[in-house]
Amino acid sequence: MQPGDTQRPLSLLALLARLAAIGAILCAAAALFVYIGGWLSPDRRTQDRFMTAFEAHDGKHPGFRRNHAKGLCVTGWFDAAGEAASLSKAAIFHLQRVPIVGRFALAGGMPFAADEAGTVRSMALRFLPIGAQEWRTGMNDIPVFAVNSNEGFYEQLQASAPDPATGKPDPKSMKDFVDRHPETVRAMQLIKARSISSGFADDTYNSLDAFYLTNSSGVTVPARWSAVAVQPFVADDAGAHVGAGKNYLFDDLLKQLGSHALKWRLVFTIGEAGDSTRDATLAWPKDRRQVFAGTVTIARAMSEENGACNDINYDPTVLPDGIAPSDDPLLAARSSVYARSFTLRSAEKSKKPASAVSPLAIGGSAP
Amino acid sequence: MSMQGARFTPLARLLHWLMAAMILIMLFVGIGMVSSTTERYRYLVALHRPLGILILILAVVRLTNRVLNPPPPLPASLPKVQQMAATVSHLLLYALMFIMPLLGWAMLSAAPYPIDLFGTLELPAILSPDAALYAKLRALHTDFALLFYAVILVHLGAALTHSWIRRDGVFRSMAGGRRSPTP
Repeated sequence: MQPGDTQRPLSLLALLARLAAIGAILCAAAALFVYIGGWLSPDRRTQDRFMTAFEAHDGKHPGFRRNHAKGLCVTGWFDAAGEAASLSKAAIFHLQRVPIVGRFALAGGMPFAADEAGTVRSMALRFLPIGAQEWRTGMNDIPVFAVNSNEGFYEQLQASAPDPATGKPDPKSMKDFVDRHPETVRAMQLIKARSISSGFADDTYNSLDAFYLTNSSGVTVPARWSAVAVQPFVADDAGAHVGAGKNYLFDDLLKQLGSHALKWRLVFTIGEAGDSTRDATLAWPKDRRQVFAGTVTIARAMSEENGACNDINYDPTVLPDGIAPSDDPLLAARSSVYARSFTLRSAEKSKKPASAVSPLAIGGSAP
Repeated sequence: MSMQGARFTPLARLLHWLMAAMILIMLFVGIGMVSSTTERYRYLVALHRPLGILILILAVVRLTNRVLNPPPPLPASLPKVQQMAATVSHLLLYALMFIMPLLGWAMLSAAPYPIDLFGTLELPAILSPDAALYAKLRALHTDFALLFYAVILVHLGAALTHSWIRRDGVFRSMAGGRRSPTP
């Protein structure tokens, strides 16, 4: 008995029962934690399982982004046109010369793949207004996304991964995937029908996902945006880049930036009732209101080694107040998967070989 | 006995139970969000950052209160080893209440990610951008979260042992409700 303990001693049975209850509570608490962490759910599409799927698809490339692995850094600025200030209260839409750190890249997880005209190209931008909230966006030169959910994203990755036995994707898995995802079949038709431009400079990049813009009066509208090339569109000519080298798209961009700045018009497309915000495989009607938000000027290029873009995660949900994510599930999928990819490649920094578009290719230009 | 009825001050008890709930929610939100790729991820991240900063603020209040109002001593009947285990686990719990939010803040700074709380309210970066450092801090954030949860389980196990087996008034000193009439 403890001094002052007024209770009767526990019988052996009561003691054992109480010990068992404590043990059960602790085990349950530990199990709950393990369950929420996804360790007991082999079917949950966790961030780690996405990383494994990327690796199965593209191999191990330490230090590189798990997707859009091949790219280069650029810098420039944004000049607001003022017209978007009535749609979004974000400071950026009435500022001039907002510094930009961007990245041009090719879709896919292979950092040394040869440039091909049909590979999806991307433009990622980080707007850094002084004294105001930053904005990050990753845009692609396709009209719609091929998938509309994290499930579709994951399954497409798995279905198109090479079979270790043959080195090629298993046609049956691809067929199973396509059968289960009619939205991808529709989207792929739009993607294949797009006009392919000659390079990065005359290409137009789209947010694909929808967002909400909120102005200072609290009015919210759904929107998608595009960076529309000011450089005139020149259609891809397969003959023009025969023997041009495996980085021809990037070399061409570097050559142009060596002589002049490149410009894109940032244009918001405002959705109307019935336009899906949660399905990025669906295009919005062509006649939707377009608002010119301002001009993106890209003036200089740097290799990833010297540039400021390499250590930036272009998470599309890093948004200033005045732009918010929509209910599109791909936004959370992109945000979470990019975050994991960023964490892994940051830890692998010391193991990263020089990027395909090396400082040498850029003529040793210092950042 | 005089020790028997001694309790934590009402503010200490309020902070203990409030922060217990917040820290448990925080750890579950954290482990849930880093394994999630669905829409849940965005809501959990948006909750994780401001809740973490709130815990940091409350930890300062709590430590100050503890210094000003020392807790009741453990019963003298408690074996020395258990007294030491209690001291070490309490030290760890206090340290982690500060370390975890500061690590989170530091790692977001190093990434660099904006440290949005809500609306335009953002915390300043406390480190310069450094991706390799970010990766180390990010790994530590997980390691310490696992340690935190493990220490909480030990603490819970000890509390229940005091309450159900030893019945020595230690649990009651932190439990809510009215003071039981002294026999």
